[in-house]
Amino acid sequence: MNARLEILAGILGAAVLVLLAYAAPWLRFVLTIALAKGIMVLGILLLLRAGQVSFGHAMYVAIAAYSVAFIAPHMREALLLLPLAAVISAAAGLLIGLFVMRYREIFFGMLNLALSMVFYSLLEKLYTVTHGTDGIRLPVPTFLGRELAGASYEWAVFALALVLAACFAVVVRIYLAAPLGQALAGIKTREARLEFMGVPGRFVLLAAYVLSALMAGCGGTIIALTSRHVTPALAYWTASGELVFIAILGGAGSVLGAFLGAVVYELTRVYAAANLADAWQLILGSVLLLVILFAPGGLFGIAQGLLRRRKAA
Amino acid sequence: MMAWLSDNGLLLGLAVLDGLASAASIFMVAVGLNLVFGVLRILNVAHGSLYAIGAYTAASITLFLTSHGLPVWLSFPALVVAAALVGVILGPLIERVLLKRVEKQEPVLQLLVTFALFMILEDVQKLIWGVQPVSNDTPMRLLGTIDVPFGADVIPFTAYQLFVLPGIALFTLVGLAWFMRRTLTGRVIVAVTTDREAATSQGIDSAKITMLTFTFGAMLAALGGALASPMSSMVPGVGASTIVLSFAVVATAGLGQVEGAAIAAVMIGLGRSIAVYLEPELEVVVPYLIMVLVLLVRPQGLFGVTETRRI
Repeated sequence: MNARLEILAGILGAAVLVLLAYAAPWLRFVLTIALAKGIMVLGILLLLRAGQVSFGHAMYVAIAAYSVAFIAPHMREALLLLPLAAVISAAAGLLIGLFVMRYREIFFGMLNLALSMVFYSLLEKLYTVTHGTDGIRLPVPTFLGRELAGASYEWAVFALALVLAACFAVVVRIYLAAPLGQALAGIKTREARLEFMGVPGRFVLLAAYVLSALMAGCGGTIIALTSRHVTPALAYWTASGELVFIAILGGAGSVLGAFLGAVVYELTRVYAAANLADAWQLILGSVLLLVILFAPGGLFGIAQGLLRRRKAA
Repeated sequence: MMAWLSDNGLLLGLAVLDGLASAASIFMVAVGLNLVFGVLRILNVAHGSLYAIGAYTAASITLFLTSHGLPVWLSFPALVVAAALVGVILGPLIERVLLKRVEKQEPVLQLLVTFALFMILEDVQKLIWGVQPVSNDTPMRLLGTIDVPFGADVIPFTAYQLFVLPGIALFTLVGLAWFMRRTLTGRVIVAVTTDREAATSQGIDSAKITMLTFTFGAMLAALGGALASPMSSMVPGVGASTIVLSFAVVATAGLGQVEGAAIAAVMIGLGRSIAVYLEPELEVVVPYLIMVLVLLVRPQGLFGVTETRRI
């Protein structure tokens, strides 16, 4: 798909989302969450481009969400909370990244999982600080100093999520085309060759990792703002698995696929998770297997294939 | 230091006994994970689920025995039978149906396939055994308790925890070391681990060995679960914590190490139980702290060998 078509598809998709949110008010919440997850998934895509998968990225989501929860009682401005939480999350990403950068593939994935499990347990056990599984309720944040309530607050968060999603989609698209992004594919093929060319592989991956932590943080902030209740479940491995799932479902190579996957996932979840709560992971796992085995391009790949066939006919 | 020791000597003694028991069960899982990785070059994320399924199966078999009025001592062989069942049924199924299909794919996709399997198995457990804690304490009650003297105090420990669990783990360790070094099958597995192509060119059916090893590894995981089942009740999510914990053991020891895994398991088991007595909140963090500290100094693990980089 060429760039112009992709921009067109992006704008069209955004318009559909706004229309949906307008037509059915209860969808606003669901779509805001979907956009937030799409932003997080962009980070997973960056890492997948380098052939690495993190089973612990929900940790960064939770770091940002809890940062919002801790700062909000003192300062309620949403447009300041967002950059603050994102920077905290990115800083955590840098710190942890410096350690996990020494590892690839299995170790990379599992160390991220292990660290996120530790973080989850700490959130759960340090009751005096985090209130354990009860979580923390947030006061209603303000937008540009204005107190918003009800529908207007929901619209504000939705708009914020949409703008962020658009910005990050463009950023990631440019990043992947830039040398720093192109080198990611080199890590996947053979990192030693990259280094023989004078490109430091660790730095390339670290940059992508920190960016992915930043995006996970932005997504986490949106989640905190929209649900106004943060719990340790945000950091649990199932949440990390969900992100990897959406990335593969949407189509591991594409920016738009991340959002397509996230919206389809969230809409399905609203219906299915309530009725099939005990089998939800089972369904996710099965679909993940089917996509990997039979449709490696994901939903986006299927859509592209259909378009191409239409053109040929 | 001495004063602290005499004050806390009792606690330390308790911690050591508890730690050895938890080390024993985690060792079984970690060593299976290691074996499978060696031959398939896949880290099986679903390995922790096999542990959980082994534990649940053991509980179900024991429940069947007691409710049908069969002799209770049968609950001991039931532990082994449960492990064998899980290994023989699920092992070849997973290897042949799933892993073989993605053999030639990128490593990241292989990792994702086992992750998908893990998601599936976690819910399968919930569907079969429910979300309420399941316990299997018959084998433990049968053996009774032993009073362990600590200075002036006497603390009762279950004989199961003191002897059966560490005993079987030790037996597994020695048996495995003997099997890998002294039997033909064991040496063939080592050959395939070291160099698959060279082994195949010598006429070894590496596909068969792969399936065999995977089944064996699955059995070890299930045995670890079955053996741990009398000591702790099973709840959903036990698979997730087991895979991360056994990964911590494997990473600390270095991939592919059998004896190393035993030492790392003891280190982590002791670390955990000492934390339980001193700072209970930190219990979950200690294994990873040990792992991270080891990895910072030796990225390949305590006993691991560095792989040469390919160009």
